[in-house]
Parts: sequence; structure tokens; C-alpha cells
Amino acid sequence: MTTGPTVGRRTPNAVETVGDQPNKRRRRGGSLWSWLVFVAGFLYFFVPLLATFEFSLRAKPAFAAYTGAFANPHFVSSLAFSFVAGVLTIVVSVVLIVPTAFWVRLRLPRLRPYVEFVTLLPFVIPPVVLVFGLIRVYSRPPLPLTNSELGSNVLLVAAYVVLSLPYMYRAVDTGLRSIDVQSLTEAAQSLGASWLTILWSVIFPNLRVALLSGAFLTLAIVIGEFTIGNFLARPAFGPFLSQLGNDEAYQPAAVSLISFGLTWAAMGMIAFIGRGTRGRIQIVGAH
Amino acid sequence: MATSATPGPLQDAPRARPATRRTWTWLGLIPFFVFALAFIFLPVAFLVIGSFQDSHQALTLRNYADLSQPSIVAAFRASIEISLVTAIGGGVFGFLLAYAVIHGGLPSFLRTALMTFSGVASNFAGVPLALAFIFTLGQVGLLTAFLKTNFGIDPYQAGFSLYTKFGLELVYMYFQFPLMVLIIAPAIDGLKRDWREAAENMGASSSQYWRHVALPILMPSILGTVILLFGNAFGAQATAYQLTGGTIGLVPIVIGAQISGDVLHNPGLGYAMAMGMVVIMGISIVIYTMLQRRAERWLR
Repeated sequence: MTTGPTVGRRTPNAVETVGDQPNKRRRRGGSLWSWLVFVAGFLYFFVPLLATFEFSLRAKPAFAAYTGAFANPHFVSSLAFSFVAGVLTIVVSVVLIVPTAFWVRLRLPRLRPYVEFVTLLPFVIPPVVLVFGLIRVYSRPPLPLTNSELGSNVLLVAAYVVLSLPYMYRAVDTGLRSIDVQSLTEAAQSLGASWLTILWSVIFPNLRVALLSGAFLTLAIVIGEFTIGNFLARPAFGPFLSQLGNDEAYQPAAVSLISFGLTWAAMGMIAFIGRGTRGRIQIVGAH
Repeated sequence: MATSATPGPLQDAPRARPATRRTWTWLGLIPFFVFALAFIFLPVAFLVIGSFQDSHQALTLRNYADLSQPSIVAAFRASIEISLVTAIGGGVFGFLLAYAVIHGGLPSFLRTALMTFSGVASNFAGVPLALAFIFTLGQVGLLTAFLKTNFGIDPYQAGFSLYTKFGLELVYMYFQFPLMVLIIAPAIDGLKRDWREAAENMGASSSQYWRHVALPILMPSILGTVILLFGNAFGAQATAYQLTGGTIGLVPIVIGAQISGDVLHNPGLGYAMAMGMVVIMGISIVIYTMLQRRAERWLR
């Protein structure tokens, strides 16, 4: 859509011929600056990755940084921890948001602004403030969650669910907008379906794309997350990489690249799932 | 739902049921609001209340007055400065980049590539990003070494350091301008070719087209997104923490230190600082929403 018009516009439009010559030159000049900007952007993206890769290769023997990282038990365990935390976050987030968004759309449209307001709060409350409040509230009776491993993990997942609210809700709500919730529900009810059946067999399948996109974004964010994991003293991937960055020379480069690869994979999955669907899927989370 | 055009006598019966049901429908939202109460409102309420209390739990405004301490003012100033610089810098560059791939005559696969890349880069923040820049522009980084051997320039001798405010801004740009690209692209898409052609047919020059047509239409989107970028940088903690280890006292860094150990020697002051952060984020989101609403007029 960006290249066609210069050629196609010339013949059918008689008025154009007058201004055609300078027009073409401007376009070609435009192309030049476009390329310049693009190359600058490309270098900005690419050089840090190249440098990280180059740095990871400085370790001797070859690829020692990678073998070392994989031999590091904390690498595998922290990655596994963050992965499980991410999956739990997705499950809780979906179970919490899908019925809520469904119900708001079906029965309580007037409460919609309030629900939307809540889901947007994470944009206003930065992670460092959120974890600050969580630690202060849940480190004392009646609910001293931070005193136990399990309690801390619960807090971690809860905080991650909060982070996931804005785009999960947006994704689900957009998904619901594209289907006729009212008719589908009434049809299912007339066939004797329970609310659970309706959610599970009617609503969920229709939201597959939205939910999967949200899920991969959540996973990418949780795996790269540092602030909340760090302050809750969880053995998560972000804090591990941070510590590794202080302790080791070359391994952090290898692990950073792997982390980048994971983000890339998650984004690739979102693009893959979202192919063919119209409309934009939000792919930006909070830092 | 609206099709229940039931004739007279039947009207009463169906109406009775929804009336009784209506009182219970709100129950369906209880899980959501209980969750929000426990993990958003309660923690924030704790900070709000704490910010109005002194060390003996007595009501006070002292904590807010104490925000004027030089070190805290400096933290807010540094945070705002970095966020503003990277929001404007990232906004301008991101806009140019998005415009270049959409209307600049570049092959269309570059647009797809840029969008995917932006999705990744805008989420590639925090610890790995800080590390990547250390490997690039740190004392022994690739680019530093490259400049030294090929151009005889030692950036660190010339006064550059990655571990300064400027270095941090350079790093923040990495997730700022891709975010700009992602958010502004639909607005640029909405610039109709007809508008440009109409302007040209009436004899407008390129700069006139920009000044009188494109920029006025895009301005709310651009400003709104820049403000969003501001909030994005303002709330970021991990990147700065990893890069400088807390040597640059940004607001999130100071709050982080306050969480681990009472560095301000006054818990209430820490809460007040957190509130200051929330207020600034809140203002920027409100302005963003307002501008976005204005911008949507042109996006059909």
C-alpha cells in the first residue's frame, strides 16, 4: 500500500500531470530520508543485540558462556519458577476477567466504566508502588503472607495478575465485542446450558485469539519482570539475571540473549495467532 | 433482547422475573472486585493513609511538606527530566520511523518487520536491556571499542559515561521509540492519501500540507502518546536499578531503597513519595485519555 500510488496515479488523473515532475522528485527524496531514519532505527535495535552476542562469545572456550549458563542450576530453576508463575498468572487472570467481562457485557453494561477504570489502574500505579503497598499490607497480621514461601508466591502471582489486567481485559472485551454475546447466551440457555457450560463451550472458544495473545504477552512480561520478584525475594528469572550481571562477566550476555529470544518467541506467537484477524492486538505491557 | 414486543396481557409476567433477578446480577462481579480490593485498593489505601501519618500514627501533613527536601526534589526532578527527554526524543524518532515505513515509500515488508521488532523491543526492558547496553557502550563494550580502534575516539575520555543520566536516557530510548511506533502507527495510517492530494491540487507545498493538514490532525495522537511514553519511563525501575545500582536517585529507585530499608528514616515520607509518583502517573494518563478521545475523531 505504500509503493503503488506513485505509478498508478499518473495516468487516470489529468490534473496530476502538471504537478507530476516535482512530485516525483519529492517522493524519491522522501524515500531517501525514509531509508536514513529506518537504518538509524535498525542500528539502534540491532547494535546492542550484536554487542551482547559478541560479548557472550568472548568467554573461552567457545560458547563457554552458554554452556556455563545452562550448567548453572539457578538459571534453569529461576526460569522454571518464572514460567510457572507466568502460567498461573494467565490462569488466574483468565478465570477472573473472562466471566467479569462477559457478565458486564451481558447484564451490567452500566458498571462497565467502573470495571474499566479498575483494569486501567496498573497504568497509574507503577510496579514499584504496587509491591510497596502489597508488602506493607501483607507483612503483618491478619494476613502475614510475606512470612511464608507460599504466601509470597501468592502475592507474586496476584501482583502479576494486576499487571496483566489492562491488556487482558482490553483483549477479552474487544473479543466479546466482535461476537453477539446476547444471542449466543440465549441460544445456549434455550438448549439448557448452565452458566459454566456457556462460558466454557461458547464464550471461551470465541475468545481464543484474544486470550492466547494476552497469554503470551503475560508470559513475556512475567519472565522478564524484575521489580516485583526482587522485592518479594522470589527466586525468579529477573532477579537471577540481575544477580548474575553483578557476579559474572560473560554468562549474563548469554542469558540476556536467551531472554531476548524468549520475548521474541512470545511476540512471534502473538503475531502468528493474530494473523488473519482484523484489528489491533495490544502487545505492550507495563515495565 | 429488545425484541420482546409482547402484547398487553403477557407483559406483566416476564417483567416480574428480571426485576427480582436484577438485584442479584451484581454478584457476578464480586470475584473481580474482591480481587481488586485485596491487591490494588488495599495496598494503595495503606500507602495513602500512611502518607498522612507520622511515626506515632497521628494525622499529619508533614510527610508532604517533607517532599520538599532537596534530595527528594532532586529525585523527582531527575525522574521527570529523564522521562521528558526520552518521551520527546522517543516520540519524535518513533514518529519519523513509523511515518517512514507507512508513507515513506519503503518496501512494505519493512513495515511488518518494524512492527514485530517494536513489539519485542518495547517489552524488552529491565535487566537484560541494561546489560545489553553495558555490553554495547560500557567501558569494554563493543561500540566503545569500535570507536576507539577505528576512529581513535575514547567516549569515556571524552566525558561520556553510560552510568549517567544521559546514558540512562540512551537506554530508555530503546523501549520508548518502539512504543511510539506501535501506538502512533494507526493514527498515521488514518492520514488519508486524499487529503494530501487535495492539498496538493490546491497548490499546497509539502510544508504547508504538514503545517495545515497533517500535523493538526495528528497532534492529539502525538501529544497523547508522548505523554504515555512519559509515564512509561517514569514508572520504570528495573532498568535504572540494574544500570546504575542506585547511584542516580530516581523516584522509583529511592522508593525501592525505602522498601528494603528505611533509607528516608521516615516511613510516612516513603508513602508520600509513592503517592507523588501515583499522582504524576495519574495526571499523565488522564491527559493521554483526553487527547486520545480527541484524536479518535479523525480515525472514524
